[in-house]
Amino acid sequence: MSLSVHIRKQVGSFALNVHFDTEDAVTGLLGASGCGKSMTLQCIAGVLRPDAGRIILDGQPLFDSARGIDLPPQQRGVGLLFQQYALFPHMTVRQNILCGLRRFRDKAERERRLHALCQTLALSGLEDHRPAQLSGGQAQRAALARMLAAEPRLLLLDEPFSALDSHLRDRLQPQLLSLLRSYGRQALLVTHSRDEAYRLCSRLCVMEHGCITRCGDTRAVFSDPRTESAARLTGCKNIFCAVKAAPHTVRLPSLGLCLTTSRPVPDTLCAVGLHAHAFDPSQPHNRFPVHWVERVEEPFETILLFRSAGQDPHAPPLWWRVPRDRLPHPLPEALGIDPQDILLLTNDPKEVSL
Amino acid sequence: MDWFPLWNSLRIAAVSSVLVFFTGIAAAYYAARLPRLVKGVLDVALTLPLVLPPTVVGYFLLLLFGSRKPLGEMLEQLGFPLVMHWYGGIAAAFIVSFPLLYRTARGAFESFDRTLAQAGQTLGLSNTYIFWRIRMPACRQGIFAGVVLAFARALGEYGATSMLIGYTPGRTATISTTVYQLWRIGEDGQAMLWVLVNLAISAAVLLTVNLLERRQKQEGRT
Repeated sequence: MSLSVHIRKQVGSFALNVHFDTEDAVTGLLGASGCGKSMTLQCIAGVLRPDAGRIILDGQPLFDSARGIDLPPQQRGVGLLFQQYALFPHMTVRQNILCGLRRFRDKAERERRLHALCQTLALSGLEDHRPAQLSGGQAQRAALARMLAAEPRLLLLDEPFSALDSHLRDRLQPQLLSLLRSYGRQALLVTHSRDEAYRLCSRLCVMEHGCITRCGDTRAVFSDPRTESAARLTGCKNIFCAVKAAPHTVRLPSLGLCLTTSRPVPDTLCAVGLHAHAFDPSQPHNRFPVHWVERVEEPFETILLFRSAGQDPHAPPLWWRVPRDRLPHPLPEALGIDPQDILLLTNDPKEVSL
Repeated sequence: MDWFPLWNSLRIAAVSSVLVFFTGIAAAYYAARLPRLVKGVLDVALTLPLVLPPTVVGYFLLLLFGSRKPLGEMLEQLGFPLVMHWYGGIAAAFIVSFPLLYRTARGAFESFDRTLAQAGQTLGLSNTYIFWRIRMPACRQGIFAGVVLAFARALGEYGATSMLIGYTPGRTATISTTVYQLWRIGEDGQAMLWVLVNLAISAAVLLTVNLLERRQKQEGRT
C-alpha cells in the first residue's frame, strides 16, 4: 500500500502545491477551509486535473504530466466520499448502491453483494428509501456502501462528518474507523477538525494556503508541530514570535521572557508555541509572574486569560486551560512551563516532512 | 369539416419538438463548457429567434431555403424543397422554439450539482450513462418545462410559417394560418371553431404540465 502525490495546480490566484508520500492505512489532511484539501482529493480521484506533477498509487501512475498519463476517474480505482455525500437524488438507496456494482454481469452476484453491503452498513430496510428520506447518518452509510461497492483500492473521504450533528459525529467516528480497518485498503481523510484527525489518522499532513506545512506520524505532529501553521491547526493557542538566544534558550520579545528548552533551538527558529495546558503553577522551571485578565468557563475546564508581567500591551493575552478540579484557589501569582513543552517553530521547508 | 390543419399543426409541432429536444440539450450541454467569450456570442446567436419578429425569421429562412438560393436548390434536388411544403413548417417551428428549450435546459444544467457527475465517474459509470441516467433525471423538471414551452410555441407558430410555407388548404394549412384565412374571408364561425380547438389543445398541454409537476412533487416527498 503506497500513495505518492506530487502535484501543482493554479486556479486564479490560488496555488495548490502538494507533495507527500504515505504508506499508512489512514492518512489525514488537516487544514482550514479553503486551504486546498478537497481540491487535492479531487485531483487524486481524477475529477480535477492538476497542471503538473504525478500521482502514483501502489506503483501505478494515475497521473504523470511528464509521461502524458492521465487516467480517467473510471479507471483509477479510487473511491471518493463527498462532503454532502452526493447520493443520486432520483434513485433509491438500492439503485444508488447498484451504481457501484455495474461491473458484475451476473444479477445474482449483484444482489448478493448489495445484501452484504446493506448488512455491514446497517442499511437493511432502507433499500427502497430515497436520499431525501434518510437521516444524516443513514445518508453517510449509504454513500459509504455505494463507494465500497465499487471496491476501490484507495478511499478518499472529504470531511465525512461535517454534515452531521456533533453527538452523531462522536458516535460514528469509531464505526468508520473499524469499517476502514476491516476493508483493509488505504484511506485519505480530509478534515478541519484536529480531534477527528487525531482519532482516525495514523499519519497526518497539515495544509495551509495550498501547501503541506508538516507531515508525519500523527502523534509526532501534535507533540512537535515544528511549523507555525501546524501548531495552530493542532490546537496550540499561544504562538509568539521568538529568537534564538542560546543553544537551549529562546527569547520572546512580545512577552518580555526568556525560556529554557530541553530541545536544542534551531537556527531557523521564528516562533514558539505554548499549549494552553502547558502552564503549571508548581513547575520550578521557566517561572514568570502573571496578571490575570479574564476567566471563561467551559463544561469541564476553565480558561484563564493572562499576561506576563513584562508583556507588550499590544500583544494578545495568553491562554491557560485547567480542569475545574485542579484550579488553584486563590489564583497563583506566577506560572512555570516544563522545558519539554516548549514548541519550537520554524518556517524552514526542510522541517516539513522530517 | 376538414381536420387537416389540426393534424398538420400537430405533426409539425411534434417533429420540431423532438428535433429541438436533442439539439437544444446538446447545445446547452456543450455551451456550458465553452470559454466565456465564445459562450456569450453563441448564446446571443442561439437566443436571437426568441426576440426577433417571426416574420424576420421567416425572411431569413427564405434567404437560405428559397427556391433560387443554393441551399434551397440543393434540398429541391434531394426531393425536400422546404418552401410551400408542410415540412418547411418544421424548419420554421424549430428555429422559433429552439431558444425556449436551449435556455431552460442551460439553466437546469448550470444548477446541476457537479459532485453527482463526479461521484458517478469515481464509481466507474460511463460518461454516457452519467449523462442520461444521472444528469438528465436530475435536470428533468427544467428540461421538461422547456420541451412543453417549445411544443406550445411550435403549435402556435404563425409568422415564419406563413412566409415559408404559405397557406394551401389540405397541404400546408396549420391551425394558426387557417384561423387567419377564415377570418380574412369572413368565415367567422369557422374561425371561432378553430380558435376553440386551439384553446382546448393549449389548456390540455398546460393541464398535463401541472399534473406531472404535482406528481413529481409527491415523488420527492415520499
